[in-house]
Amino acid sequence: MLDANGLAAIRLSIELALLTTLILLAAGTPVAWWLARARASPLAWLRAPVRALVALPLVLPPSVLGFYLLVGMGPNGPLGQLTQALGWGTLAFSFWGLLIGSLIYSLPFVVQPLINAFEAIGERPLEAAATLRAGPLDAFWHVAVPLARPGYLTGAVMGFAHTLGEFGVVLMIGGNLPGQTRTIAVQIYDHVESLEYAQAHGLAAGMLVFSFVVLLALHLLQGRRSAMA
Amino acid sequence: MHRRQSRLARRLLTLIAALSPWLAAQAEQVHVAVAANFTAPAKVLASIFEKTTGHQARLSFGATGAFYTQIKNGAPFDVLLAADDERPARLEKEGDTVPGSRFTYAIGRLVLWSARPGVVDRQGEVLKGGAFHKLAIANPKLAPYGAAAVQTLTKLGVYDTLQTKLVTGESIGQTYNFIATGNAELGFVALAQIQEAGRIKGGSHWVVPATLHAPIVQDAVILKRAAGNPAARAWMALLRSPKVRDQLVRGYGYDVQ
Repeated sequence: MLDANGLAAIRLSIELALLTTLILLAAGTPVAWWLARARASPLAWLRAPVRALVALPLVLPPSVLGFYLLVGMGPNGPLGQLTQALGWGTLAFSFWGLLIGSLIYSLPFVVQPLINAFEAIGERPLEAAATLRAGPLDAFWHVAVPLARPGYLTGAVMGFAHTLGEFGVVLMIGGNLPGQTRTIAVQIYDHVESLEYAQAHGLAAGMLVFSFVVLLALHLLQGRRSAMA
Repeated sequence: MHRRQSRLARRLLTLIAALSPWLAAQAEQVHVAVAANFTAPAKVLASIFEKTTGHQARLSFGATGAFYTQIKNGAPFDVLLAADDERPARLEKEGDTVPGSRFTYAIGRLVLWSARPGVVDRQGEVLKGGAFHKLAIANPKLAPYGAAAVQTLTKLGVYDTLQTKLVTGESIGQTYNFIATGNAELGFVALAQIQEAGRIKGGSHWVVPATLHAPIVQDAVILKRAAGNPAARAWMALLRSPKVRDQLVRGYGYDVQ
């Protein structure tokens, strides 16, 4: 049921989702930490607007993101001028363009679980670490991150699954290139619009089962963790 | 209990009676599925239609192939203005149209276009030079203008060498956007998208000779659900009228029969 196009789409989607998730986990950690804890810092007033920015992709229609990315990455857009000055050309219709779109689109799905996890730790474990003469970085790596593990798990799974399910942004800035920008969701759309229902079923049923299994596994893991606690 | 129900029913009836003039006006509406290349003339046509007939036209724009799929799945369109003659004929054969309503409203012209001046030369030699990164076409499976673009590239003998530079839009409308925003340096669109009242809007272009691809014969058809809809018939009559054909349709660069 899966032809070469289908397999290429699956590989591309998994690469895109993995890379997006890894970057967001790494870059999202300091952001989430600051949002969860920087109560006394002089920049604390910035937390509300930054939180709103992080949540923005949750409520924005993908067409808004797609539109601004298409114009912004074009040769006359700010991002397009930057990438051209760096000698990279323009990013629309390329894997890297999709990656930028995915990073924005999946941002809240990774960062919000991290914020929640860091907030749930509270002050006491870190105060205890400080009285044991652990430096702030030491305390962060050896106390905060391990305690925030459920947040990392949720963030990674949701970021991956959500990127895999991305459609509108990819449709608007991808240009439907096999192996480069034709993800599973776009491939399914193409099959449906061309009345190729058998091929559409192959991929669509796979996505359905995969998404269900991922969410089920996440809930089971989280459930066991809270049962142990 | 019983009485309360009948009171509710009476209220509903009153409500329906109060709304009926409005419902009647709704019936005089035609929902037209318009192939994306005909977007601009269809909008002008709709305003003429509403002024001269009093009926209302609701327009949806997209790729002909996508509309075909949507109609086969029960989409509520009254009229299809396709970008080819094949899909309207198929709908006719499959019994989804009002018999005898199909006719050719335009013959489309393909152009190679760039939003920047000086990119496309008057002979289309730029295709053979290949000094560009992205060439946009419409999805050949869904959009007849995309299929014509592939035929043209094949006939010029450059399809294989340019394959890695092709980006495809889901409709000729999206293809136009890719080029207009500069994300693709050039691409194949419909002449009607870059021409208005006989004048080219800007950039650089090459009108592809009609000998390089099968003729883009664009047929219109009334769909079965609109068999009793006077607005659908009025829409087709207007589209067929010599004035619309010779001034509006021709003005956007189409040939007419």
